[in-house]
Amino acid sequence: MITDPGLYDPSPLAPPLRWPGGKTCAVWVAPNLEYYELDPPAHPRRKSWTKPHPDVVGYSHRDHANRVGHWRMAEAMSRQGFPGSVSLSVALCDHIPEVVADGVARGWEFFSHGIYNTRYAYDMDEAQERAIIEDSIETVQRATGQRIRGWLAPALTHTVRTMDLIAEYGLDYTCDLYHDDRPGRVKTASGDLISMPYSLEVNDHYGFFIYNMSPRDYADALIRQYDRLAREGAASGTVMCIPLHSYLIGQPHRIGPFERVLEHIARDGRAWITTAGAIADAYREQQA
Amino acid sequence: MSLDAAYLQYPHRRRGMDHDLYPWSNIADRPPIAWPDGKRVAVAIVISCEFFPLTPSDTPFRAPGHMQTAFPDYRHFTARDYGSRLGVPRLVEALAKVGARASFAMNSAWAERYPDLARAIVAAGHEVIAHSTDMNGTIATGLAEADERALIAASLTGLEAVTGVRPTGWLSIARSQSWNTPRLLAEAGLAYCCDWVNDELPYRMTTPAGPLVNLPLNHELSDRQIIATCQQSADSYAEQLRDAYLWLDGEVDAGGGRLLPIHLTPYISALPYRIDAIEGLLAWLAAQPGAWFARGDELVAASGV
Repeated sequence: MITDPGLYDPSPLAPPLRWPGGKTCAVWVAPNLEYYELDPPAHPRRKSWTKPHPDVVGYSHRDHANRVGHWRMAEAMSRQGFPGSVSLSVALCDHIPEVVADGVARGWEFFSHGIYNTRYAYDMDEAQERAIIEDSIETVQRATGQRIRGWLAPALTHTVRTMDLIAEYGLDYTCDLYHDDRPGRVKTASGDLISMPYSLEVNDHYGFFIYNMSPRDYADALIRQYDRLAREGAASGTVMCIPLHSYLIGQPHRIGPFERVLEHIARDGRAWITTAGAIADAYREQQA
Repeated sequence: MSLDAAYLQYPHRRRGMDHDLYPWSNIADRPPIAWPDGKRVAVAIVISCEFFPLTPSDTPFRAPGHMQTAFPDYRHFTARDYGSRLGVPRLVEALAKVGARASFAMNSAWAERYPDLARAIVAAGHEVIAHSTDMNGTIATGLAEADERALIAASLTGLEAVTGVRPTGWLSIARSQSWNTPRLLAEAGLAYCCDWVNDELPYRMTTPAGPLVNLPLNHELSDRQIIATCQQSADSYAEQLRDAYLWLDGEVDAGGGRLLPIHLTPYISALPYRIDAIEGLLAWLAAQPGAWFARGDELVAASGV
């Protein structure tokens, strides 16, 4: 029986990290640019939709992202000077390349969030898992000119092989481990993988649908999260990730309070506003 | 362990959507909409008029708000009936106070049960949107095509018989459709439906029986979602809708006319302890010089789609 994934040293003790310019908290924003299928094949262990297909509300709610929400969210980020590090359903490059191109034009970084957010990795054999990693690398390279560096498992579905495989393909960060506020080493069979702090707890989906927060309450939670991490980071060097879905944060009742959060962080002075890749680089330089 | 090979095949992975119901469209790339009289934000209030039979049929599924206890569930039957009997008149009066026209998404059985209310709603200048027959009239894949066609026809016929007006708009219960629904709605002569929540302006769908407009009635801005599901107060609900209005108003100069859909449920919003917040919201909206209270059919026509 496996009791511990064995992916990292459980000790919370690690040397302090320093961020450029003496900043105390590295802040990165992770827009999930996704494509959900209307009629995906069934996975034996997880339903894509809670209702019989077509799940009109489930599908069309998410489709709001690619028609309306993305631009509203991206404009707010750009106005406040925040780049995106994109968790990408790579099939979006085929379906709606305009959304991907918009991120490229804004200078955003792209990593893989699987092919579709309606296809799950559980129970894949090694060849199948290699196929989705290779598909991700090739598709994103073709659409953006970028070699993906990171991985957020599609719909957060994994196998025990995933970390070894993405490290073998040269990816250098995973967003799937939630045990720390700072980057750390991931133990893999080969390669050099680090865990990049992402977040479930301040993910907009959790804020609105697990904790049922109002838009203003969610904004307040983000500000408290930032203020605390910026304070602690003076001694340790922390990371705050803001994971977003534009079909949620890009709704008209939510975007205003959210933009005020970005404004708060940008004005505070302690934030290193950056990308996941730059955080990974800064971490590695300090491990030499 | 391994997944079926088909699980890694993507037959609909292509340019555009993975279906043919509507093409992808970026709201920012469309010709700007100019609402009548230079108005900036169309406020589409849709009020659900629902009749819940004491015995749920669960075919194909049980509607939100339906009976919950073992038979006979007098608790929920009468609480829903309170919304119809007392809540709807409160909302009608609240609309009259600010001179707002709205749409009432009505079960045909509701019109038959409260014909005087239904006729008064139409006489006040409001629109009736067809909302199935009663709250057992749910639609999802699994409902036979002939039964779904008959359900749509019975709803339209029943509403017309009571109110004298044949609806041109449709709202499915829980916005739930089968694969056949858009085609059957077009076939029945309906001009628009409100079920798909993927946009913030009306847009055109294509069905084998002809075009159908979708007027997105955003469930995220409904009292059911914010008050009943997310458990927020009526004051917070009103504040969120004011925030939404102001944000949309701020987009108009660059993007053209915007739409704020407000979907209200009488047994949720029209309770004595919540209705003041709703009336306050309506008064605030009425005081915005750019706000246009519009019926669904009016704003579909004005949008030019």
